[in-house]
Amino acid sequence: MAKTGATVEVTVGLSSCGIAAGAADVFSAFQREFKEKGVDARLRRTGCVGMCYREPIVDVVTSGGAKYTYGELTADRVGRVVEEHVVGGKPVDEWLVRAEGRELPDETYYDQQVRLVLRNAGVIDPESIDEYIDAGGYEALTKVIKEMSPDDVIEELKASGLRGRGGAGFPTGIKWDLAKKAPGEMKYVIVNADEGDPGAFMDRSILEGDPHSVLEGLAIAAYTIGAQEGYFYVRAEYPLAIKRLRIAIEDATERGFVGENILGSGFSFKVHIKEGAGAFVCGEETALIASIEGQRGMPRLRPPYPAVKGLWAKPTNNNNVETYANIPWIISNGAAAYAAYGTESSKGTKVFALAGKITRGGLVEVPMGLTIRQVIDEVGGGVPEGRSFKAVQLGGPSGGCVPVEFMDIPIDYESITKTGAIMGSGGMVVMDDSTCMVDIARFFLHFTQDESCGKCTFCRVGTKRMLEILERITAGEGREGDIELLEELGEKIISSSLCGLGQSAPNPVLTTIKYFRDEYEAHINEKRCPALSCKALITYDIDPDKCIGCTVCAKKCPVGAITGERKEAHTIDQDLCTKCDACRQACKFDAVTVR
Amino acid sequence: MENMVAQDERMAEYLEVADEVAAKYAGRRGSVIPVLQQVQERVGYLPPEVMKRIGERLGVPPAQIFGVASFYAQFRMAPVGKYVVKVCHGTACHVQGAGAITDALCDELGVADGATTEDGKFTVESVACLGCCSLAPVIMIEDNTYGRLTPDEARKIVREYGD
Repeated sequence: MAKTGATVEVTVGLSSCGIAAGAADVFSAFQREFKEKGVDARLRRTGCVGMCYREPIVDVVTSGGAKYTYGELTADRVGRVVEEHVVGGKPVDEWLVRAEGRELPDETYYDQQVRLVLRNAGVIDPESIDEYIDAGGYEALTKVIKEMSPDDVIEELKASGLRGRGGAGFPTGIKWDLAKKAPGEMKYVIVNADEGDPGAFMDRSILEGDPHSVLEGLAIAAYTIGAQEGYFYVRAEYPLAIKRLRIAIEDATERGFVGENILGSGFSFKVHIKEGAGAFVCGEETALIASIEGQRGMPRLRPPYPAVKGLWAKPTNNNNVETYANIPWIISNGAAAYAAYGTESSKGTKVFALAGKITRGGLVEVPMGLTIRQVIDEVGGGVPEGRSFKAVQLGGPSGGCVPVEFMDIPIDYESITKTGAIMGSGGMVVMDDSTCMVDIARFFLHFTQDESCGKCTFCRVGTKRMLEILERITAGEGREGDIELLEELGEKIISSSLCGLGQSAPNPVLTTIKYFRDEYEAHINEKRCPALSCKALITYDIDPDKCIGCTVCAKKCPVGAITGERKEAHTIDQDLCTKCDACRQACKFDAVTVR
Repeated sequence: MENMVAQDERMAEYLEVADEVAAKYAGRRGSVIPVLQQVQERVGYLPPEVMKRIGERLGVPPAQIFGVASFYAQFRMAPVGKYVVKVCHGTACHVQGAGAITDALCDELGVADGATTEDGKFTVESVACLGCCSLAPVIMIEDNTYGRLTPDEARKIVREYGD
């Protein structure tokens, strides 16, 4: 953000995860310090900066314009930063994670990133329309309304190569064209912000960090296809995103970017927010539409596609949050600039939520075509020390686990699909040698089985049967033939389900069987969990040579399974042990072993 | 006897809430879900009588109301504790030990996953992703999110709410 005066500016990242790490307390601590000490500095809020592993994050921009980023800056550290840096002009070096002209380890976090969708996230105040406009906001909408016909917009999108970021990757220009050409007076546009994939937080971060960019993209879509009304379908679990979106809609209406007679053009567009009520299947567009209509969110057969017959049976365009957030950038900067990023078939950038067993987990945006290894190692800093990388889970419950041998494939829709996973909406959960792949398959099946709407028999019953088999394998009761049975059920569910949920539910199982069959076999044939993760197949012991009898483990054990005299080796009663791992974590002498 | 009178009075209050919320949405399409959401927000759960009343007011058969309410994870058919402890079981939390967090909380509060303590203070609930994956494992109580937890820290947090 451009600086407004010669004062020092302090910006606190206030996204949900920042707040969870204590950023709201940090913000009030700065407020208090400034007031008490009469400090003349400007305090600002912003959204997700992306370095989630460093939350809470605070930027200090000096009167000279130099920017210093502090990480893990908890409220108790605020006083020193105010005194030494804001007032004294001397940065507190030990808490700095990024600063211009200095070589700090986190500098490399952004080296490979290209932030188009996240252009404003972590930069502007998401609750200020003025800051959005100052950053070039609503220029694209103005240009579209004043200078472009709907067909111009569609041609521009087709030339940009933008594909749907919700996961399936359907070309956005073609989708809009279908909805535009569909006959009908009344049309609708929808933002799918029902981010239900466990392990994904891209949409939340975009809405919390830059809600206007999505709203502007939606308004452009409405103008292009000829829609009069739009809906944001947002998970109710994202209260902060909903709050900031409401502010954005109110402010944009007041300034005339949405509402009646936009920019004097005669084009009117009304926007509503619908809070999802918790159903993963509503990520599927026909189910989402049924949910907005107030029904059970059950998918229906396509065609007719929503572009022809969607909400209230009218032509409807539905895109994901990230897709819409791309639109204003493409219109403002041109299709060619966008298509300069990426590969032959996948243009532009992709936002990923990097999480799991990774050193620098956060919200990242990289150009398509970067390899998975580059994202995990160069951006994410690899798996934490002492562990080895095993696989990365892409695409959530619809995706699959990509093993280490495919780490050098480029990130594009086709290459990822070839591995058996999918691009998905952008969840990237890293797994190391302590993660059991059979357990991960069970975890996802548990999720999809629970979320199956029940319409198609194969999805409803088949996922239940698959889950039962996986449960017995991880419980040490696997039988010969279970792997083949899982494969057969998986193939049948894929071919006999109506919607994407069922058609992709077996993917996490099939990919783990394909790449980690030995782990399944170890569970079934040897009753052994190679990752030492499945409770039924592991045993905790205390190594008498290492145990010094400090009694810490015995005190920690919640079931009283550990006994022993002080200063003498302790033992674990295997009948009582619940394998909660508390003793192993508590032992300072590595005396607790798992086998 | 006194108890039943109190219960009847409470139900009368709930029905009033249903009337009031439904009246705001009269004649609007697709209003079943927002009405259920707002009524639950104020009542705490959706008793059968309340769902029936909402159906009458919106002109929707009670079976359809129940169908919608039972379809979505957000809606509850039974009262919950004063504090609902939501334990995230998203992928990132799962691989970072969410199971141990649930076990510790259930042990601490003496309830099964999904159940409410006898004093009506806490409900432990496993939920799908809360979207704070980089802080895994995570729990949420009211609007407060707690991240990077160990089982012991999770116990401490609910103890603080208990005091």
